[in-house]
Amino acid sequence: MIDLGVKIKDLCLKNPVMTASGTFGYGEEFTDFMDISTLGGIFVKGTTGSHREGNAYPRMAETPAGMLNAVGLQNKGVDYFISDIYPRIKDYDTHMIVNVSGSTVDEYIEVASKLNDLDKIPAIELNISCPNVKEGGMAFGTSCHSASAVTKAIRQVYKKTLIVKLSPNVTNIAEMAVAVEAAGADSVSLINTLLGMAINAERKTPVLSTYTGGLSGPAVKPIALRMVWQVSKAVKIPVIGLGGIMTATDAIEFLLAGATAVQVGTANFIDPAVCTKIIAGIEDYLRRHRHSSVSEIIGGLK
Amino acid sequence: MKKYIHDMLVVGNQQINHNYFLLELKAPEKLPEILPGQFVQMEVKGNKNVFLRRPISVHDVNYKENTIKFLIQKLGEGTNTLSHAQCGETVNIVYPLGNSFSIPTEDNILLVGGGCGVAPLLYLARFLKAKGFKVSTLIGGRSKEDILEVHEYKKHSTVYITTQDGSLGEKGLVTNHSILKPEKCEFSMIYTCGPEPMMRVLSKFAFNHGKKCEVSLENMMACGIGACLCCVVETRHGNKCTCTEGPIFNPKELAGWIY
Repeated sequence: MIDLGVKIKDLCLKNPVMTASGTFGYGEEFTDFMDISTLGGIFVKGTTGSHREGNAYPRMAETPAGMLNAVGLQNKGVDYFISDIYPRIKDYDTHMIVNVSGSTVDEYIEVASKLNDLDKIPAIELNISCPNVKEGGMAFGTSCHSASAVTKAIRQVYKKTLIVKLSPNVTNIAEMAVAVEAAGADSVSLINTLLGMAINAERKTPVLSTYTGGLSGPAVKPIALRMVWQVSKAVKIPVIGLGGIMTATDAIEFLLAGATAVQVGTANFIDPAVCTKIIAGIEDYLRRHRHSSVSEIIGGLK
Repeated sequence: MKKYIHDMLVVGNQQINHNYFLLELKAPEKLPEILPGQFVQMEVKGNKNVFLRRPISVHDVNYKENTIKFLIQKLGEGTNTLSHAQCGETVNIVYPLGNSFSIPTEDNILLVGGGCGVAPLLYLARFLKAKGFKVSTLIGGRSKEDILEVHEYKKHSTVYITTQDGSLGEKGLVTNHSILKPEKCEFSMIYTCGPEPMMRVLSKFAFNHGKKCEVSLENMMACGIGACLCCVVETRHGNKCTCTEGPIFNPKELAGWIY
């Protein structure tokens, strides 16, 4: 029997495979395709203090080995989440983790405090790295000072597992990770999307209504892998790796680079049952390499 | 409705002309119920430049043979690659997706398709005729090469045709066809799919003359199942996903179409 379990602070995951925020809805959208209770966890859509409509269409552009999105945190706000969505999803047999966003520190505090009271939400992911909103988002996550300040403020009000999602749009991501670790983060997840752009040459127009958007998919994987490797050497807290994971081999590379767990994002759009295959593929790899537990390969790069 | 992910067998791929092809796929098991107006997310294999699935509307369904037909325009690398699919190969699809055209409450129905926008209207015509409705189909295109599958539409409806160059049917825009002259137009409901400017004109026409109308949108999407929130359309009640709350909308709900 191979042990796939991993721990993110006090959070015991049945396996290291989770789904990335904004790519798996609230889990409900995928129940026709897979048993979502087989997942280590589900990071639900970015949640803000109040209702947001997000950015205008078009919000998406296909790119070589990836895509750009500029959704801009469309969601119905934390109160709606608590009253209407939480009751539907709270009894799924996996960890439901809420991605928390805001324009101001006060908004982050409001959302995190309200989520702290929900029994079945064992952790939050602080999104200081969304590239698609005018205020807040990535602005907090691209300076050590502001990243540290918002993490400290949330640590005061949020008592459960606090994961901070880092932006790759920085010069030195390891410094950012060290800063949020010192400010009280229990874990860091990386990478959010890379700021990119697409242009329609025939029409001479930007493809996205916002001009720029966040790049995801296999195109970003080498960058994500490098950053996970750098960050996991710089901090003691567990690292959650994501960025372009499409297969079990991709996920294993992140674990070898030092990630304790991974998130699968854009791949869910192409194969809504991909996580089932990734979990099975990790188990198969461990068996082939004669490991008895997944923890044996975490940071196991020779 | 439960959604499925299936490897479908290619049992037909007919090149209609240099712009369009007719792909027929057979399910590995009994087809689930598919409603007129629904679509599938089709995987494109073998082209490194194509990353996402392609949303393709259902053209016709054969429950006896467990096959679905797709009328597809070659618009880019994804559809070009699909046009080369060979019989015996498999194509993976996620389906059936989206809402559907509603069942009309009054008789005398007009379907209006512009170019490849006629694709979802064949299955709708078959469906409505089977329910006993009187159905007419108005098909428009730039030229006769864009007027597709007329013999199929004739099985279920009275067919009218316009081309911009006059090479087939009445000359001019589909929205100017003589059956749409207000004094002559006795249809109670218009269903339309095609270029957005065409659908906007038809929506206003229907509204101004007290007829019901539904339009089928073709927004770009990534997932097709309501997860990515990329395909939104602005409605009077905020942004809605075309993939789950559409692709069929009452134009009165779409911001700026009527109100």
